Amino acid sequence: MIELVSESRCVTCDVCVAVCPTNVFDRGPDGIPVIARQGDCQTCFMCEAHCPADALFVAPLTHPVPEDSPLRDEAHLAEAGLLGSYRREIGWGRGRKPGARLAVGPELGRARITPAALS
Amino acid sequence: MITLDLTADVVVVGGGPAGTWAALTAAEAGADVILLDKGYCGTSGPTASGGTGVWYVQPDPAQREKAMASREALGGFLQDRRWMSRVLDQTYENMNRLEAEARYPFPVIDGVPHKRGVQGPEYMRRMRSWIKRAGVTVLDHSPVNELLVDGTGTVAGVRGHRRQHNSDYRVRAGAVVLATGGCAFLSKALGCDVATGDGALFAAEAGAEMSGMEFSTAYAIAPAFTSVTKTAYYGFATFFRGDGTPLEGAGSQGGRSVIAKELLRAGTVLCQIDQATAAQQQQMRLGQPNFFLPFDRLGIDPFAEKFPITLLLEGTVRGTGGIRIVADDCATTVPGLYAAGDAATRELVCGGFTGGGSHNSAWAMSSGTFAGRGAAAFAAGLGAAATRRKLTGVGATGIRPASSATGVGRAEAIDVIRREVHPYDKNYLRNGSRLRPALAELDAIWESLRGGAVADGGNLAGLRQAAAMVAHARWMYTSALARTESRGMARREEFPELDPNQYHRLAVGGLDSLWTRAEPVTGRELAIA
Repeated sequence: MIELVSESRCVTCDVCVAVCPTNVFDRGPDGIPVIARQGDCQTCFMCEAHCPADALFVAPLTHPVPEDSPLRDEAHLAEAGLLGSYRREIGWGRGRKPGARLAVGPELGRARITPAALS
Repeated sequence: MITLDLTADVVVVGGGPAGTWAALTAAEAGADVILLDKGYCGTSGPTASGGTGVWYVQPDPAQREKAMASREALGGFLQDRRWMSRVLDQTYENMNRLEAEARYPFPVIDGVPHKRGVQGPEYMRRMRSWIKRAGVTVLDHSPVNELLVDGTGTVAGVRGHRRQHNSDYRVRAGAVVLATGGCAFLSKALGCDVATGDGALFAAEAGAEMSGMEFSTAYAIAPAFTSVTKTAYYGFATFFRGDGTPLEGAGSQGGRSVIAKELLRAGTVLCQIDQATAAQQQQMRLGQPNFFLPFDRLGIDPFAEKFPITLLLEGTVRGTGGIRIVADDCATTVPGLYAAGDAATRELVCGGFTGGGSHNSAWAMSSGTFAGRGAAAFAAGLGAAATRRKLTGVGATGIRPASSATGVGRAEAIDVIRREVHPYDKNYLRNGSRLRPALAELDAIWESLRGGAVADGGNLAGLRQAAAMVAHARWMYTSALARTESRGMARREEFPELDPNQYHRLAVGGLDSLWTRAEPVTGRELAIA
């Protein structure tokens, strides 16, 4: 679920308010979006992908993380390179090569069935 | 409250791939088009947040034959060969247009663009730009609440609410395309919480029928407590019990029911993607970056460590049921109403089974194209009379209560959905002894909703979504009970065999009292020839 809107990075463009498919954000009084309906977040990472300032972080869990979780700690997320990491991987943003250009997955063969005993 | 009053030749409801292709095609046919998305066209729906293969096959007879034949047995031989051919043709054309006209950056291998898949965010961002360039008016965050019909029952518009503007709206239209997606019952599967089956409810209220609703048992593998479903990559996995011993017979294909049974029994199944070579691991990262979001963010190495998994319901998003299609232009049984993508039945190309996304994405773009063209032609045929019709809303539950009884709302309905539709032992591992009581619970909540449901805090769209999910589940279980055999993904524990006497499609319909009807399978003559 969406856990962080970085006030220091946010450029108040309100793109996240517009693009969130489940209308999770409200525009705050100072223009910085507020996570108004976190329970409606479907953890689709779309807001993060569209944020031009890498100001959002979506924790990969479908329930809220505890308040003291590192997944809500801006300094930790920046340090770990996680802020904006999805946008980087899909190659969005100035000067980046679109990830779509590279998106060739492995050939998918017949799926493996787990055997009784593993050698 | 101010009501925005609009007119259009064609209204498209839903902004995923099917809706955007429908809007594009209708606009190119000269129609004035309004596309309404309850979220945001470009991000909402499972395609936008995921990535998908596309059933893109060169127009070579041998390759086409192989592509069509390969999944017929899986689908219980319910596909229509003529439709499969048209979808292959249309998908081929659309993918080539996506490259040439929307400048989609396909990977280039040995100088050749590789058009067998798309990355969701890039695809849908480009579709949004493309339809706007084509002159389509896009209204985001504008859920439709009901269809409007004229005096003859012909669909002639929609009514809804713009939630970020707090204003209602009405669109008077020549024709309506429903491209609202399937129904995943708020399971939190990636990008699926907007897929609540809304279009099927609207269509049924206008008199349309459903088909293939028994083929709705799709559950996807995801790391426990996450949303990221990408079952195909679990083909490289080994599965384990909670104590680390191998879970014999478990697999992403042909062994998912073993996983469901173990989750029911013990609550835990572990997994490790230990069968991918180093090269395959790298390709997986490039192919589906979002697959790795949960792992990277939780500090798990999925190739080297065991991690817990779950199964998330995908209902008719990956199931094949939906609004019944009765003509080549994706017309429904109601004049003026067209359906496309997951909202429409996919039996025509998939029969009773879908696994991979590639047939689904091909169906979305081609059925969207057919429906957009059909709707534009229908609207043009109406001429100037289209705007002089007297319109009536047909929305029942939550809008026009059947009685003055009150007390039931969205929360209660969603609670019943979680209890009666999500559990593996009801919806996936199906048995009449468990389906019947579940259906009785769904019938009871439907009756309460129908009586006099209240929209909490004015959230009519939320209440209508809950009603759509309940209606969807009732069609699913009613059809599942009518099919006393195992065919495609519709399996019954007590009827494990395929019954040659049930070689038919099942239409289902009704709102308060439901019915089913066997429909002969069409389009097989080509298969025999």
